[in-house]
Amino acid sequence: MVKPEVYKELGLTDQEYQKIETIMDREPSPTELAMFSVEWSEHCGYPRSRKWLKLFPQEGKYPSLVGEDSGGIIVDDLAIVFKMESHNHPSQVEPKQGAATGVGGIIRDIFTAGAKPIASLNSLRFGPLTEPYNKFLLRGVVDGIQFYGNCLGVPTVGGEIYFDESYSGNCLVNAMSIGVCHKDQLARAKAVGVGNPIMYVGSSTGRDGIGGCSVLASHEFSEGEEKRPTVQIGDPFTEKCLIEATLEMLATGHVLGIKDMGAAGLTCSSAEMADAGGVGMEINLDDVPLREQGMEAYEIMMSESQERMLVCVKAGHEKEIEDIFAKWDLHGVVIGYVTDDKNLRVKYQGKVVADIKTEALAKGPVYDMPAEKPAYLDEVNKLDLATIPLPTNYNEVLLSLLASPSLANKAWVYEQYDHMVQTNTVVLPGSDAAVLRLKGTTKGLAATTDCNSRYCYLNPYRGAQIAVAEAARNLVCSGADPAAVTDCLNFGNPEKPDRFWYFKNCVMGIVDACRELYLPVVSGNVSFYNESPKGPINPTPSIGMIGILNDVNKHCTQYFKDEGDIIFLLGESKEELGGSEYLKVIHGQVAGEAPALGLKVEKAVQKVVYEAIGLGYINAAHDCSEGGLAVALAECCMSDQNNMIGAKITLVPGIRADAALFGESQSRIIVTCKKENLCKIEELAIENNLVCNELGVVGGDNLEIANLINLPVEQLSQTWRSAIKL
Amino acid sequence: MKFGVVVFPGSNCDQDCFHVVDKVLKQPVEFIWHKTTKLDDYDCLIIPGGFSYGDSLRCGAIARFSPIMEAVIGFANKGGLVIGICNGFQVLLEAGLLPGAMLRNKDLHFICKFVDLKVETTETPFSSQYKKGQVVSIPIAHNEGNYYIDDQGLAELKKNNQIVFTYTNNPNGAVADIAGIVNKNRNILGMMPHPERCSEDALGGSDGRIIWESIVKWLNQKSIKS
Amino acid sequence: MFEAEIKISLKKTVADPQGLTIKHALESLDFKGLNEVRMGKLVRIRLEAQDQAQAQDEVKQMCEKLLANQIIEDFSFKVEQL
Repeated sequence: MVKPEVYKELGLTDQEYQKIETIMDREPSPTELAMFSVEWSEHCGYPRSRKWLKLFPQEGKYPSLVGEDSGGIIVDDLAIVFKMESHNHPSQVEPKQGAATGVGGIIRDIFTAGAKPIASLNSLRFGPLTEPYNKFLLRGVVDGIQFYGNCLGVPTVGGEIYFDESYSGNCLVNAMSIGVCHKDQLARAKAVGVGNPIMYVGSSTGRDGIGGCSVLASHEFSEGEEKRPTVQIGDPFTEKCLIEATLEMLATGHVLGIKDMGAAGLTCSSAEMADAGGVGMEINLDDVPLREQGMEAYEIMMSESQERMLVCVKAGHEKEIEDIFAKWDLHGVVIGYVTDDKNLRVKYQGKVVADIKTEALAKGPVYDMPAEKPAYLDEVNKLDLATIPLPTNYNEVLLSLLASPSLANKAWVYEQYDHMVQTNTVVLPGSDAAVLRLKGTTKGLAATTDCNSRYCYLNPYRGAQIAVAEAARNLVCSGADPAAVTDCLNFGNPEKPDRFWYFKNCVMGIVDACRELYLPVVSGNVSFYNESPKGPINPTPSIGMIGILNDVNKHCTQYFKDEGDIIFLLGESKEELGGSEYLKVIHGQVAGEAPALGLKVEKAVQKVVYEAIGLGYINAAHDCSEGGLAVALAECCMSDQNNMIGAKITLVPGIRADAALFGESQSRIIVTCKKENLCKIEELAIENNLVCNELGVVGGDNLEIANLINLPVEQLSQTWRSAIKL
Repeated sequence: MKFGVVVFPGSNCDQDCFHVVDKVLKQPVEFIWHKTTKLDDYDCLIIPGGFSYGDSLRCGAIARFSPIMEAVIGFANKGGLVIGICNGFQVLLEAGLLPGAMLRNKDLHFICKFVDLKVETTETPFSSQYKKGQVVSIPIAHNEGNYYIDDQGLAELKKNNQIVFTYTNNPNGAVADIAGIVNKNRNILGMMPHPERCSEDALGGSDGRIIWESIVKWLNQKSIKS
Repeated sequence: MFEAEIKISLKKTVADPQGLTIKHALESLDFKGLNEVRMGKLVRIRLEAQDQAQAQDEVKQMCEKLLANQIIEDFSFKVEQL
């Protein structure tokens, strides 16, 4: 029997090892043991989450594509493929390379599906910038994203960045990518046809990231520095060539299946392609292009060297594929073939080093994890508004909120990303969602990412629902019809029942919100063990969402347009301050309940705005989110730097002034229109039983709200734009 | 009239340039792989932006030795129009077809945004349809756009009226705010801003389109003359 | 076999923002008395040549042709026999 120290070092438990022996009916070889350890790790096999992920709805307004490395929807003749994935732990250790390879990995998932990557987004979380290491992380992560994405020529069009103490010691880097192809050109991630060759294409194999997925992603952080050797190095130039070569190869029609060698490298791609096709596979590691000398079989099988893929090709067409890759100076070699015995057999230096049933590898154990509500939460949820004093100077509060890094302008970040290459970006970063045209059609695509993890900490079920609702609201504000979801579920150690309780409730929140809004979850990723000695991160179920515009010219932006436009608010402001940025920044408290969310009202507000934009009634639309109405209005005034304009606002009476200005009630959208369209929008609102209040009018150089706030837009802009500069 | 878009490994604005010529200008256009050595069929070559050879060593330094470059030099020497955008400009500098060199942006960051440019001369095939002194908005997207030339070289550029575009608010530290220049013969333009990114109203601006229209007009007149 | 170590740096007359940034960073770490910081590249090449002189000559040509852009960069190198 293998010594417990060995399998434990690989991240396997006693029970898991016993199970492996039972499956093999003998002692596993070192290579086999390594292969099991990576395939059954949380990163690849999802043993602790799989049961819950099955609950996600798969149906929506458009036919959905679910089930392989990435998912998507079919819109007319187009397949739109997208996915979000985490690269948290590598980024915490080496932010530039961690983020860069995160971008590279998610983009590979898109083009291995046969789609041309057309846009990236990313959802980032860091600890406060007052700590130097967090600054180093932000700088490094942004540098990594620009280094990789810009070189590839895939525009980074949107995303979000939040700062919170819980991410000190464990930042989050969630990268999302979107690709498009004709629906007949979609590629599958499986091996089929006994005797067909299996080809290795792309870069050569080195010792990068060996054990990365089991050692890095499946354990909590203690001493980050020691783990540096397992970080992979990204080479965007090679990936750019790989994209071109792969799309050229897929166009030949000779490819039967293709899969990225991402986490767990060759092990994962070979086992899962064979299992998906219901076949076996024999590969010979002597034929794998190596970058380093003297590599062991298990090192080759586990290497996470970047920019490599495995392809199943129709027999007789190997040479054609080789030539395409040679043109791009990349490897394209046959390393094995499809067999009929449903085993993955690996040979090296004349010996069989592994021979495992592919099903046993690909379908690992599933665990039912205990979940328990944390004892402290009831206390945290208590918030007596009577104990929160009203501010004496509302101007100062607004300026403090605009300078809060989570709310501040992120131009320092997105101007480092090429967000225009491919010439599809119709709405540039800085509005509610990015809008891209789909060349060759009249349609457009809007995309956004969203998650307020403070809400999820206070109430995971509702917090996750809000993430879905807000993402959809952002898309609607851009003129798009929300269509489908990808998610990246970032949580702490799932073996701890309170962490798992958060996970379970967030999943259920997403499930229920997506059902109600009729959105399928087509792809996603789970990242557990996001903890440092300081504790777990806030539960962060990042939602990536895409929406469709039937006519891309009918998009909408958040900035106020013309003097004299009427401003009004759809949806109701309640006396809610729980979990707000205001409560945290001004009163130093994270407490109370997450804002209430009624999905019926949410649907109504989205329906009204979507229809009114489509009918051309609306000049600007902006979601009210963190910082409340006052911050949202300020953003409407100042976010178009070339056309900043003021507004004069009256408040709806009935609630505390701070709640009216800075409360974060959900399902609210600020819209503006020409005077003559006002009654048309009001009619739509009444039809849908929606509260609609006229707030004021666009114009002047100041933002004036009741007699509480009166500040020059120029000053708001200065404060907001200068908060993040490193 | 035929345009050619040169493609190096790592070029990433090739399809954008192709799109503008094909769909906006509605002129014939082809991609030209960098191993091609015959360019007789073309009237205007576009060296597009991107990261040829991953910007290894220096931007444009490796692409400059691609097989096609001898032919590009020959094509330009015969008076053919060549426009190098962003990385294409860097390639033209490395190849010595235009004077000067590129340094990293002064704040060491990649910058992607719309910037204002002043049209310094309309006496080129690329800028004839602008008005002299006109301020236009065209996006930049680069890490190494800080144009360098020594004093003597700068005096020469000025004397020959070779500076075509300058930044009104210098984003990268370029000498004399230079954003784009032509050679002495005025048939080669290098510019850091991307006109192909703002040649359609749908993309929030179409100031870049004038460059393409200037080229088409010039080529039409040339064909009438000959 | 010979090994050449080639140093490429920006000419003295060319501003070096990277060097300047490093200088500021070092100063913020309390290193005092820094007069100048210049950033450059190091290229190491192993090559076959008949003798030292031929190796020297070849490396010089590499520098002039490709490795350095002499409009903005200076180079220097050492060649050693292995």
